[in-house]
Amino acid sequence: MESFFGRHKNATVLAAVLFAQLLGLATQIKTQTDRGSVRLVRYWAVAAITPLEKGFVHTQDWVRHLWSNYLYLRGVRQQNEQLKQQIDQMRIQQVRLQEDANQARRIQALLAFKEQYIAQTVAAQVIGTSGTEQSRIVYIDRGSNDGIRPDMAVITPDGIVGKILTVYPTTSQVLEITDPQSGVGAILEKSRLMGILKGSPTGQPHLDYIMSDEKVEVGENVITSGGDQIYPKGLPIGKVVSVGPGRDLYLNIPVKPAAALDSLEEVLVITQVVDKSPDTTDLGPIRAADILAQRLPSVPQQKQPAASPVVGEAPATPPAPGAAQPQAKPPATQPQTKPPATGVTKSKPNPPVVKPKSPATQSTPPQEPRP
Amino acid sequence: MNLTYTSREQVEVYRFSWPVAIGVPLLALFLQAFVPVHVYFFRAFDLPLLVTIFFGISRRNPITGLSTGAAIGIFQDALSHQPIGLFGIAKTCIGYLASSIGVKLDVDNPGSRFLMTYAFYIVHQMICYALRGMMGESPAWHWGHDLGLALANSLLAVVLFAGLDRFKQRT
Repeated sequence: MESFFGRHKNATVLAAVLFAQLLGLATQIKTQTDRGSVRLVRYWAVAAITPLEKGFVHTQDWVRHLWSNYLYLRGVRQQNEQLKQQIDQMRIQQVRLQEDANQARRIQALLAFKEQYIAQTVAAQVIGTSGTEQSRIVYIDRGSNDGIRPDMAVITPDGIVGKILTVYPTTSQVLEITDPQSGVGAILEKSRLMGILKGSPTGQPHLDYIMSDEKVEVGENVITSGGDQIYPKGLPIGKVVSVGPGRDLYLNIPVKPAAALDSLEEVLVITQVVDKSPDTTDLGPIRAADILAQRLPSVPQQKQPAASPVVGEAPATPPAPGAAQPQAKPPATQPQTKPPATGVTKSKPNPPVVKPKSPATQSTPPQEPRP
Repeated sequence: MNLTYTSREQVEVYRFSWPVAIGVPLLALFLQAFVPVHVYFFRAFDLPLLVTIFFGISRRNPITGLSTGAAIGIFQDALSHQPIGLFGIAKTCIGYLASSIGVKLDVDNPGSRFLMTYAFYIVHQMICYALRGMMGESPAWHWGHDLGLALANSLLAVVLFAGLDRFKQRT
């Protein structure tokens, strides 16, 4: 019996030649997308696979949603009560933190401090991967139609995931921070040492370019430095797993990613980051005396040796750096402080440590107590 | 009309129907891309490689084997961010080798399948390593890691090949 190829030899050869030409075309010609170019064969492969993946993921979500929101409601009432209690506790905590935040914003405003804020994000669902350990890529169900562009940061509430590599109309490729070709500007939270977080073929990222004579603690948090112009400053990256001697003069510092990269389901793509000064409009007007009180050493109050310390007054001795000072009032709203321009008061000055450091206070040494 | 995809070898040569010949590699590629989203360790497996080996040793035609490997590899490259051709070249070689060795060895024995897949996985990784070096990258070879992955893939291959044997059709 003659085989299929034997009977249709010409057609088979024709098909093979056409296939080879198409393949060659696809691997050489680049097709233009909204941002950048992408190889045609890659475009075809993604277009063939991602609709299936999307279908599976959305069906899965629908079933899960149906089950968890309509069918399986056991323990919801109890959980609701627990959450209410948690909200009450957090409200109390919020009031305390609000005061601290207001104080920080005032100080930042005085210093003309600009900070990066995440202004806009797009939630996306992970629908697929590259399927190989040598290419740590995930696909998300958002693309250029949703405003996604290459080099946008991808995060979860736990930490950063990676950056957008290639954008298709309805899907995007995300390069994880564990990929060997990935690099993230990083800083150690406590020691403030700066380095670059690089991925590896085994999936364990390393913090590079930390000199071997530096002291790094195991378990120290690693956050983004903002130096790569992709990830906003201060986002969690992970924790130091171990510290050992590395190549050349640098330490070998493996880092465990903060985001659960092995079980990613939903991520946020940062589509807009703005540089702005802290908003202090809701803090009320700042009086000239308050500004002076921030910038200049405060005038001491009359010392009353017999009197017991008043609750809410600043401590007499400087606290340790970084120690919490819950009793210290916000400097901008201290009504008892007076500008030193009068120069007539000769009592002991208040300790300058209760004042936040501003350029003016740093350059002006605190007044020594007079006998 | 005989809709089969077959080899011309005379002994122990199998053929597969078109749906199997196309559907199984596509399914392997899809599973390889989709399953790791939910089962992270699945990345350790290389289903497209296993399918390439299986079709190679079953058909025992080098041209068919390398063609299958090339197609599967290029498709796999397209889903990654690495240069297209890396897996394509590696799997072309594996497809060719599997077809050639399949003529000389008893490839229906689970033991030989295990050893063959183990060796092919290592060769596949070495080819990828060499190609990356040629592309100017400085890849690091992790022996323990790769040998472990080879073991995992070989074990899976024994099970997978036994399942795929059902689709074989004797010529």
